[in-house]
Amino acid sequence: MKGYEFIFTGVKLTLLPSGALWWPDKALLCVSDLHLGKSERMARNGGAILPPYETRDTLHKLERDIEATGARTVVCLGDSFDDLEASENLPEEEALWLTRLMAGRRWVWIEGNHDPGPIEFAGTHLAELLQPPLHFRHIARVGAAGEITGHFHPKAQLHFKGRSVSRRCLLFDGDRVIMPSYGTYTGGLRTDNSVLSRLMRQEAIAVLLGDPPQPIPMPR
Amino acid sequence: MFTAHHFAYPARMTALPPHFDNWFAQRGWSPHPHQVEMLAHADAPAVMLIAPTGGGKTMAGFLPTLVELGASPGPGLHTLYISPLKALAADMRRNLTAPIDEMGLAIRVEDRSGDTTPTRKKAQRADPPHILLTTPESLALLLSYPDAPRIFAGLKRVVVDELHALSESKRGDQLMLCLSRLQALCPDLRRVGLSATVEDPPALARFLAPHPTPCKIIEADPGPDPDIAMLTTDTPPPWSGGGGRYAIREVLAEVAKHKTTLIFHNTRAQAEIFFHELWMANDAALPIGIHHGSLALEQRKKVEAAMVAGRLRAVVCTGSLDLGLDWGDVDLVIQVGAPKNVKRLVQRIGRANHRYNAPSKALILPANRWEVIECHAAIEAVLAHDLDGDPRGPGPRDVLCQHILITACAAPFDADALFAEVTTAGPYADLTRAEFDECLDFVATGGYALRAYDRWQRLMQRADGLWQLRDPRLAQQVRMNVGTIIDTDTLKVRMKGRSRASVGKPLGEVEESFAASLVPGDTFLMGGQIVRFESLREMEVQVSRDRGRKPKLAVFSGTKFSTSTQLSTRILDLLHRSPLPDLPRHTLDWIALQREVSQLPRAGRILVESFDHEDRPHTCIYGFAGKNAQQTLGLMVTRRMEEMGLGPLGFVATDYATLIWSLSHLDTPAQVLDAAGLRDGLDGWLAENALMKRSFKGAATIAGLITRNLPGKRSTGRQATFSADILYDTLRKYDPDHLLLSITRIEAMRGLIGFGRIDEMLARTGGRIDHVRPDHVTPFAAPLFLEVGKVPVDGAGQEALMRAESDRLMMEAGLQ
Repeated sequence: MKGYEFIFTGVKLTLLPSGALWWPDKALLCVSDLHLGKSERMARNGGAILPPYETRDTLHKLERDIEATGARTVVCLGDSFDDLEASENLPEEEALWLTRLMAGRRWVWIEGNHDPGPIEFAGTHLAELLQPPLHFRHIARVGAAGEITGHFHPKAQLHFKGRSVSRRCLLFDGDRVIMPSYGTYTGGLRTDNSVLSRLMRQEAIAVLLGDPPQPIPMPR
Repeated sequence: MFTAHHFAYPARMTALPPHFDNWFAQRGWSPHPHQVEMLAHADAPAVMLIAPTGGGKTMAGFLPTLVELGASPGPGLHTLYISPLKALAADMRRNLTAPIDEMGLAIRVEDRSGDTTPTRKKAQRADPPHILLTTPESLALLLSYPDAPRIFAGLKRVVVDELHALSESKRGDQLMLCLSRLQALCPDLRRVGLSATVEDPPALARFLAPHPTPCKIIEADPGPDPDIAMLTTDTPPPWSGGGGRYAIREVLAEVAKHKTTLIFHNTRAQAEIFFHELWMANDAALPIGIHHGSLALEQRKKVEAAMVAGRLRAVVCTGSLDLGLDWGDVDLVIQVGAPKNVKRLVQRIGRANHRYNAPSKALILPANRWEVIECHAAIEAVLAHDLDGDPRGPGPRDVLCQHILITACAAPFDADALFAEVTTAGPYADLTRAEFDECLDFVATGGYALRAYDRWQRLMQRADGLWQLRDPRLAQQVRMNVGTIIDTDTLKVRMKGRSRASVGKPLGEVEESFAASLVPGDTFLMGGQIVRFESLREMEVQVSRDRGRKPKLAVFSGTKFSTSTQLSTRILDLLHRSPLPDLPRHTLDWIALQREVSQLPRAGRILVESFDHEDRPHTCIYGFAGKNAQQTLGLMVTRRMEEMGLGPLGFVATDYATLIWSLSHLDTPAQVLDAAGLRDGLDGWLAENALMKRSFKGAATIAGLITRNLPGKRSTGRQATFSADILYDTLRKYDPDHLLLSITRIEAMRGLIGFGRIDEMLARTGGRIDHVRPDHVTPFAAPLFLEVGKVPVDGAGQEALMRAESDRLMMEAGLQ
């Protein structure tokens, strides 16, 4: 597993191939937009009844990243659950699995628009986390600096030799990082969408997930 | 309008009611024998008429209805007419209205499709016309309403037009399920199928009739044999490629000699290129148009109107003109490129000379040397009336899942009764109860091994045993997803407006994957003109006019057909005939040289050639399994060569052979061509293939797991939607026995993966392999070197290419 290392606001960070962000100096692992319980929520609302395996798939991935890094702190950057009820309805086996992952380390749940307010699980529940010089919150704020955010599920497209590949990606410039979504059942917003183009500076870089992740100038 | 050639003349005595006799007599017409025979069998529960185009087929279908309804019919629906084309239903209304008015019959005819206004649709449900003309999808939709029993009360006849075309896709399967529903509502319903010439009429009749009721088959006089020949040219055709550009002058000369010519191509891209070249050489400025499925509707309508008005001398077209009404006075059909399939060729030839008793005239233009042989074999097959076609498999179960949902939308249902009902549909006659229950379980709970949705089932069983929707709001969503046509994701192409605010005119559509590969400045052909890619805005491809004479990119994908099994067999047989048939000299010499240098491929054996070319070992495998299967074979064989450490570098496939280049020679071809190993590949790594994912997406959409991309919805760019590929991967990982995966696997056997053809090849050759080692490239292998579409083999290759490209971009942007 080879990550992509970059310096942000003087801090050395590594984007892992899975889409998690690793801050080695603080032994902090950050993941965004897990959307656990998404298939349950869709079915509950009378939508599609999708294969109910995405929560275990996401937890698998998270477990591997925690093991590989030995993280002492895990920050879930919001939209960790598809809604608050989904966190209550998590099947027992998966709830236990999550509890096991939380044991013995600091765990921070940041509020997202899908899961505003405290959820079923232990850990610290915060609207934002300030860990100088970085500021962890769910949605980016115009004018802010040193921000680590999620919410938009960015994806970017790369063309080469008549092929084209579209992948989830991390965006960063001098002011902020926008994390890729980590959950298995999450789509993406293309980086050429005006919302993302407005938020990110001209020299922003998109790092496409893969092993290893590939940086390109952010497509606009 | 019905014209004289829809009927026989001079007038003959018939057993028609007087006002019909008079109507015919006034025009000096009388019904064709098959039209009279259809009347005689008007009471049969199922009748199928096979007649060539222009034989008054549709009138034959309607005459019994008009006679039964008589001068002053009572209220209520009497006859339902189903056609695969919306436009055909609308035209049919105009065609029927004329004789009905002229005979003074008080019969109400209306059409209904996606284009009908909501007000009209509502009125039709409240007070149905005597004759309703519609499409399979609109019928399915009507059946999903709770008032379906009232709408269809008293229905007597259903007429299915272009049955041969419908039976070739899932639309036909859905229609037959709908007819089983209708038959339950109206037990006396009689079915009529109208079909062009097909290879196996009894099989098509079983498809149509309610099982196990027998179906009467009426075959009209097929008319004289077509006047068909190969278009010979001064220059021999090129060694490879398609499109037939080398024969532009000869084609123009034929157009000039005839009144109206249809020039058929196998792909849209080839039609575009040919049309472009045709205009460059069109010194006499003959009016020639182009018509294919990627062009904007307005563009197509303009060409159709010009054609009917007789203002065009030729139309370059694709399968988009395979069906439909008479097209003015077409007196010549030119098929460019090998037809790949004899039945389609015969149906296309039928587009020429819609006069019943005159032979259709057709010319076939081989696009390359191989196709000279294939065209000759195809012409022989046409003249021998030897049509091909793959036997239909059992009805696909994704369509059944949709049918179960539609049934639940109309009313709660009993599972036993529904099972009995669907097994009366021809394609589902052999469906087992276990297979049915699996579909019902999928619709109700998702059918997952992990029973996660007990609380949120879509269908639930009531205390009285009937199944109903848990949430009635689901009905709305089901109706939005009715149908089995899966559009590949396409993007609109629009000419860039003069200013920022103005909107340019729409030109047509391209596949999303093609659009994604475009870089600003790339030029391609659209509607016969060269356009330059400017940008992708709001999910639309913006282009500008380009003054160049040569487009940079020639290809955007269209349907690609594989040469049929029967035609491949005929080609193999032809190669071993002695003396060889009357082929052009250059082709005869080429065959003779192959026999001398290597050997000619045989039906019962696989020929494998190993030779060096530019110091690189090459392997050529002649499987004659059709392009899709040879392509899949390339993937599978190179994979096994990789495991054997032979260093495969790439391959290319045609309908006949696969050519592989590698670091070391493949000395033991039997080892990579064994049946068990190839089948393991299908279950294992081949399942990761993008084509499998595409099949899955189609099945998941039809079965109702995911909803279609509705027009306009995609452009909102919401991050909540995610691709069907993720669902496919997740199911493969956690629920490998799921119903949708087995449906996907069955489709892979046919269609794009073509594994069924590999199976056929393995059965035909039974492990008999001829391995020859010539000193150099062989005559039959040589054209493969010129073939486009070479596939590089390196799993790690894509990442490596990506890395190179990302480094380049970062460097260029000064970011590294």
